[in-house]
Amino acid sequence: MTSLSRDDVAKLAGLARIEMSDEELVALSNEFTVILDAVARVQEVASADVEATSHPLPLRNVFRPDVVAPSLTPAEALSGAPAQEEQRFRVPQILGEE
Amino acid sequence: MIRNSASEMASKLASGEITSVELTQAHLDRIQAVDTDVHAFLYVDTEGALTQAAAVDAKRKSGEKLSPLAGVPLALKDVMTQKGIPTTCGSKILEGWRPPYDSTVVTNLKKNDIVILGKTNMDEFAMGSSTENSAYGPTHNPWDLTRIPGGSGGGSAASLAAFEAPLAIGTDTGGSIRQPAAVTGTVGVKPTYGGVSRFGLVAFSSSLDQAGPCARTVLDAALLHEAIAGHDPKDSTSINAPVPAVVAAAKSGDVKGMKIGVVKELNGDGYQPGVRKRFEESLELLAAAGAEIVEVSAPNFEYALAAYYLIAPSECSSNLARFDAMRYGLRVGDSDGASAESVMNLTREVGFGREVKRRIILGTYALSSGYYDAYYGSAQKVRTLITQDFNKAFEIADVLVSPTCPTTAFKIGEKANDPLAMYLNDIATIPVNMAGIGGMSLPSGVADEDGLPVGFQIMSPVMKDERMYSVGASLEAALLSKWGAPLLSKIPALAGGQ
Amino acid sequence: MTLTYDDVVAKYEPVLGLEVHVELNTHSKMFCSCSTIFGAEPNTQTCPVCLALPGALPTVNEKAIESTIKIGLALNCSIAPFSRFARKNYFYPDMPKNFQISQYDEPICVNGYVDVEIETDEGPQTFRIEVERVHMEEDTGKSLHVGGATGRIHGAEYSLLDYNRAGIPLVEIVTKIVPGTGKYAPEVARAYVAELRDILRSLGVSDVKMEQGSLRCDANVSLRLIGSDVLGTRSETKNVNSLRSVERAVRGEMIRHAELLNNGERVVQETRHFQEDTGLTRSGRSKEQAEDYRYFPEPDLVPVAPDAAWIETLRASLPERPSIHRKRLQEQWSVPDKEMSAMINADVLDVVEATVALGADPAKARGWWLGEISRISNEKDVAIKELGISAADVAEIVALVNAGELTDKLARQVVEGVIAGEGKPAEVIAARGIKVVNDDSELMAAIERACAAQPETAQKVRDGHVPAAGALIGAIMKETKGQADAARVRELLLGHLGQGSN
Repeated sequence: MTSLSRDDVAKLAGLARIEMSDEELVALSNEFTVILDAVARVQEVASADVEATSHPLPLRNVFRPDVVAPSLTPAEALSGAPAQEEQRFRVPQILGEE
Repeated sequence: MIRNSASEMASKLASGEITSVELTQAHLDRIQAVDTDVHAFLYVDTEGALTQAAAVDAKRKSGEKLSPLAGVPLALKDVMTQKGIPTTCGSKILEGWRPPYDSTVVTNLKKNDIVILGKTNMDEFAMGSSTENSAYGPTHNPWDLTRIPGGSGGGSAASLAAFEAPLAIGTDTGGSIRQPAAVTGTVGVKPTYGGVSRFGLVAFSSSLDQAGPCARTVLDAALLHEAIAGHDPKDSTSINAPVPAVVAAAKSGDVKGMKIGVVKELNGDGYQPGVRKRFEESLELLAAAGAEIVEVSAPNFEYALAAYYLIAPSECSSNLARFDAMRYGLRVGDSDGASAESVMNLTREVGFGREVKRRIILGTYALSSGYYDAYYGSAQKVRTLITQDFNKAFEIADVLVSPTCPTTAFKIGEKANDPLAMYLNDIATIPVNMAGIGGMSLPSGVADEDGLPVGFQIMSPVMKDERMYSVGASLEAALLSKWGAPLLSKIPALAGGQ
Repeated sequence: MTLTYDDVVAKYEPVLGLEVHVELNTHSKMFCSCSTIFGAEPNTQTCPVCLALPGALPTVNEKAIESTIKIGLALNCSIAPFSRFARKNYFYPDMPKNFQISQYDEPICVNGYVDVEIETDEGPQTFRIEVERVHMEEDTGKSLHVGGATGRIHGAEYSLLDYNRAGIPLVEIVTKIVPGTGKYAPEVARAYVAELRDILRSLGVSDVKMEQGSLRCDANVSLRLIGSDVLGTRSETKNVNSLRSVERAVRGEMIRHAELLNNGERVVQETRHFQEDTGLTRSGRSKEQAEDYRYFPEPDLVPVAPDAAWIETLRASLPERPSIHRKRLQEQWSVPDKEMSAMINADVLDVVEATVALGADPAKARGWWLGEISRISNEKDVAIKELGISAADVAEIVALVNAGELTDKLARQVVEGVIAGEGKPAEVIAARGIKVVNDDSELMAAIERACAAQPETAQKVRDGHVPAAGALIGAIMKETKGQADAARVRELLLGHLGQGSN
């Protein structure tokens, strides 16, 4: 029924920022044909009159007061950084807009 | 001493019969002896645990009033942050990362002077039902080392069954506490969603994830439950209400006059005969203890698995976006002239395992424009229907019950290449997460055909967690008097063990 | 061939759309308790939440919600009884979670409007700008591009990231499309942003400093042939960081679009960047391929459902609308339109008002702020409000002049001293030894000395040649170091020399 082509999967992998080999793309495309058929079953009962649930509990208006609490030290903040310079996270060149 | 329950250890600590340092050292020795075979732990914090134990002993000596579990050791699932201790979530992408902060669960454990032995193995980012998806190799079921210990929290459950720890922390998104408990013959509880803070729990699926206690007895689980639960202002979805009185319920274990609803849809075709047989026996024991057994129907549960495999991947595709090689964790391909984008792509290719990638791609698809309503939107509607089914069932019954899993532990590798077959393991546990209610698995014996543990699941309404503890304690007592000894006393000895 | 602006508006009708981002001035960030103070050392205002460390969870700043509702109410919006945060998913290194917590299909405020008045050929005219939505979101971190020529992203070898700004509360105010402004589109756009700024300032919810980026405008412009009802392709100009730039950017884009259309070319739907130096825009990212942001309700946060009582409390706390406030002040002070505009353009209306509130006469207060203080501001090229002189200082100086304790000339010295950082007016007066010499006997002594020194001039005055007194008065003023009241000196001198007015 529903299926995703190799190119569809490639596009999704791009959106999700995961490099994938051709082999992987093809394998996933095949798996998705089966998986999507299984999960598409939700459409059988999801009629228009049913409300969507995005939170398991009906909580509302949970706020915190506007009060400053101590931050991490810069050393702690940067402790996991693969690279750093001048107390900043050093990252490879960013392509795209300014 | 390591074969005692946590509450027995706590009494011995309180009476001065043993010290926390001795108890902790005994568990560290056990880990040293058997974990090569079991592989429940990804990291053992020998020094930290002994330091913490010594501090508790000192406090006790000075006459300070201590919490009930003070000095008892615990194994922490590697999905929880603990300041300065490696936290990998079973993934290569976080290899070597040491968080600069404690999760609220860890803060609560420390506050209660519970000694943290180390971090336990898990399916990568809690995605899986076998712990085979760990980037650091599978955990083995102490009942049969060729079999899976369940997942994603296989490490936590196995550490209990192997007597490496008397208590453990798990997290449960679709069954990751209860299914490992079932297949290892231990007790696992998924509290009501919002009952235990998620702050510092590395998110898989935010609207389903819930941390909870793992133990060898219902009372031990209750004691740990009360230690870690409660409102946390750092988690907006945390419930601001008193913690249900689970310890009192576990101590009384009274089911007289309670109505126990058997969910028709969670017990039938597809459930292993030995599993069904233990389930029926357990129902008889509960009836004998004074409960009334009724049948309830939840017609929409058959859509739960499909909805789960849309909601969880969708949320995870967004939650796992932060693993991008910029601020922490693995970085791959950062050569001269490489762009941030290509480094992200390559790092995520190498850093994530196959199942994680599969779910990220599935979730990316389910949320993408043009497909949202058909997939994510529909799945959320199914969630409403499942909640309605529960609400109706809880009008009839005080708690609902089912087998925890359709089968006992399968062989490592058996389902590794069949994601759909793997997903079916969670068919009975997923509805609980969809509705945010509480669920417990406790051992109901071993299946006749394979001699492997079978789990009995109890489900209780939102913030009525004490009910599953009452029922669990009652059944546990009845089974104990029937068997004469705890189920785990029948577990085969491990090669390195005493 | 370059088109003139008149050519453009003779043929095309511009359609505007304005998106304004406002940084709220809360103490802590939108979703965590880190400080929001501007200009701190890099990565000193970060925590697990705003760094998106694994396991961290957002929590909502209540003050930010209140500020947003106030903004909505001030812009005549309906406040949604149920609204939600949503995740906007896209990867960018300055955004730690690789999704932005924003609002999508359930914003907190909807359907408002702002009326702006501008001067047209036919006199003042009011344009109504309809507001589609006001929603909450969070700011990103800052990247510093290293290597390459200019610190720009292109050609940079790597970038350095500072997440102090990541998670600062932002409110986005989005207009519906604005047709019907014709040739006044640039002025209307400017007036709208100016009015928004004044409203936000009056609410006290933001610093609204365009130059610091706490108020940022994206201007969407498209053209259609006059008489057509088909919308043209729009461009979205970012980086518009002053009121003047809003006007220039809209005008520039109108001309650019018209030139393309006249040449039979296509307007590309894209983001463009406004360049302050040239007043032109530069092409940014093409939006032809729409990004797929995969919005979904933020599962880590619960819905915002303000009840009527809360909304009414906030409504009751709203200050007077700036446009109404201005009209009222103008009437109270009886200021002509031109003077009023001068105060608005010089951005001193609020300080003049504060000075008046402290007891100064409106004309005097206006005189000081628009006169001497504006002059010093221009001379030093420092914004009036950064000069270091307060409404209280000016009110005190005005009072001293009224009491005859300072002359205008001395008062200017005091203003200068305050701005030079010598302290409050009283401190400047004391330190510089400024005082009006109004002791008549002291003055008489000085007059006698002056007359003795210039006997011929004194005699001329005695003989009835009054203008000659000027030289004597000058000498007396010099002797008293300008601290005497010149009018009093003149009166006493003329009396002394038998030329008293009586």
